Amino acid sequence: MIDTLRQYLNIPFVQYAMIVGILIALCSSLLGVTLVLKRFSFIGDGLSHVAFGAMAIAGVLHLTDEMLFVLPVTVLCAILLLRTGQNTKIKGDAAVAMISVGALAMGYLLLNLFSASANLSGDVCSTLFGSTSIMTLTKAEVWLCAGLSSAVVVIFLLFYNKIFAVTFDEDFARASGTRVEAYNLLIAVVIAVIIVLAMNLVGSLLISALIIFPAMSAMRLFRSFRGVTICSAALSVACALLGILISILGGTPVGSTIVAVDIAAFLIFSVIAWLMRKVR
Amino acid sequence: MAQLQCKDLSLGYEGRAVLSGLTFSVNDGDYLCIVGENGSGKSTLMKTILGLMKPLGGTIQWGEGMRENEIGYLPQQTAVQKDFPATVQEIVLSGCQGRISRRPFYGKEEKALARKNMEKMGITAFARRCYRELSGGQQQRVLLARALCATQKLLLLDEPVSGLDPKVTAEMYDLIQRLNREGVTVIMISHDFSAALRYASHILHVGHEVFFGTVEAYKSSPMAKRFLDTEGGENA
Repeated sequence: MIDTLRQYLNIPFVQYAMIVGILIALCSSLLGVTLVLKRFSFIGDGLSHVAFGAMAIAGVLHLTDEMLFVLPVTVLCAILLLRTGQNTKIKGDAAVAMISVGALAMGYLLLNLFSASANLSGDVCSTLFGSTSIMTLTKAEVWLCAGLSSAVVVIFLLFYNKIFAVTFDEDFARASGTRVEAYNLLIAVVIAVIIVLAMNLVGSLLISALIIFPAMSAMRLFRSFRGVTICSAALSVACALLGILISILGGTPVGSTIVAVDIAAFLIFSVIAWLMRKVR
Repeated sequence: MAQLQCKDLSLGYEGRAVLSGLTFSVNDGDYLCIVGENGSGKSTLMKTILGLMKPLGGTIQWGEGMRENEIGYLPQQTAVQKDFPATVQEIVLSGCQGRISRRPFYGKEEKALARKNMEKMGITAFARRCYRELSGGQQQRVLLARALCATQKLLLLDEPVSGLDPKVTAEMYDLIQRLNREGVTVIMISHDFSAALRYASHILHVGHEVFFGTVEAYKSSPMAKRFLDTEGGENA
């Protein structure tokens, strides 16, 4: 088994997949706590559907580099969703539902009407669940992924204290002169970037799992914001690595294997937390 | 010297006024209690003073050397905070965010300030404990320490004792009174009339009628008499 693994690990595209997988897992876990606690998880879910729709349009238009189209569209929708969230005419969650389901339906419709591909359901499936796209990344895509994820990590580190303040208590932050709207916008844009990145790894339907599970697991065991953040980043990277290795050896789909490992980690953390309470 | 002056203020949502014709001022070292029934516009007034809402009319003027973001605000607890993973230290330190404005990280000065205020509130022992595991009274002290990191001049407290038991409530009032005697101006929303009359120096009663003045003047006003007669049974 070790030999097979070593053989695979010498192949360039497997190496790319590992690098990109680690980077994506790292940055997707960073904003998990904020997303869960700010009740933003539905925005993440909605945006992933938007990304699917955008991907479909990119496919129909025969764009060579899909990311360059999908990214701006998703970021734009993130900004739009945040704006409508503050508008009282259409309630925030209803707006998200409308945009996300609409994007999903239009995307599938467009693919059906215009796609030249012989294997339509295969294409749809791989966009939704990620399947093998991570193994077919070109060098340029790897660089784009690396650049974007480093940008996400740097932004997170620079604004760590502000993100904490805005997540914990918006009103207090606003009262002490923090530009809350600007930071909410920043968070939404970063989430959009993460979602487009993570689409390569796990597909658009499974992205929320990648963002939420590590954070929820870490919250079982750790009590400080910093502890939860560090733990969830480490856990997410470990799960992604393990998931990719398992999928290489077992021939399982990459995205769902990683999510399965994330779920297992969540269960293990829950049991540990339960045992710790019992002992005390 | 007036720290805060409101003239002919009218407040409300989407053009509909909840309160209007509000004129009052707060001086250095005052202890102002804003009282009134539920729905009388107390919280709206507080949000307007904080700059979270724009007034429909009238003016709010800050005294010399006061900036809008130098208010220490103690909000009511939100649902998010009930299961937030953060230590006491992290939360108190976040009170310094107005001070660092454009810098990304807290420096030595901010950390020292946070330590000092945790000591003042008697929560140094919990510094590394998780906020959600503390009792209601301890949590309020944490939020008060955070508010003190944001200001040395003016505290704005939104129902600081709601949900606390009588003993902890009394401790909280004593703590606030001590801060006031040390020179911090206090503006407090409360529906606890007896406490308001006992601790405050000024009363702002909002509702159909508006009263603003010292506690002594309030006690002898016909408005207070009527109110205390009906409410007095449960609160006095």
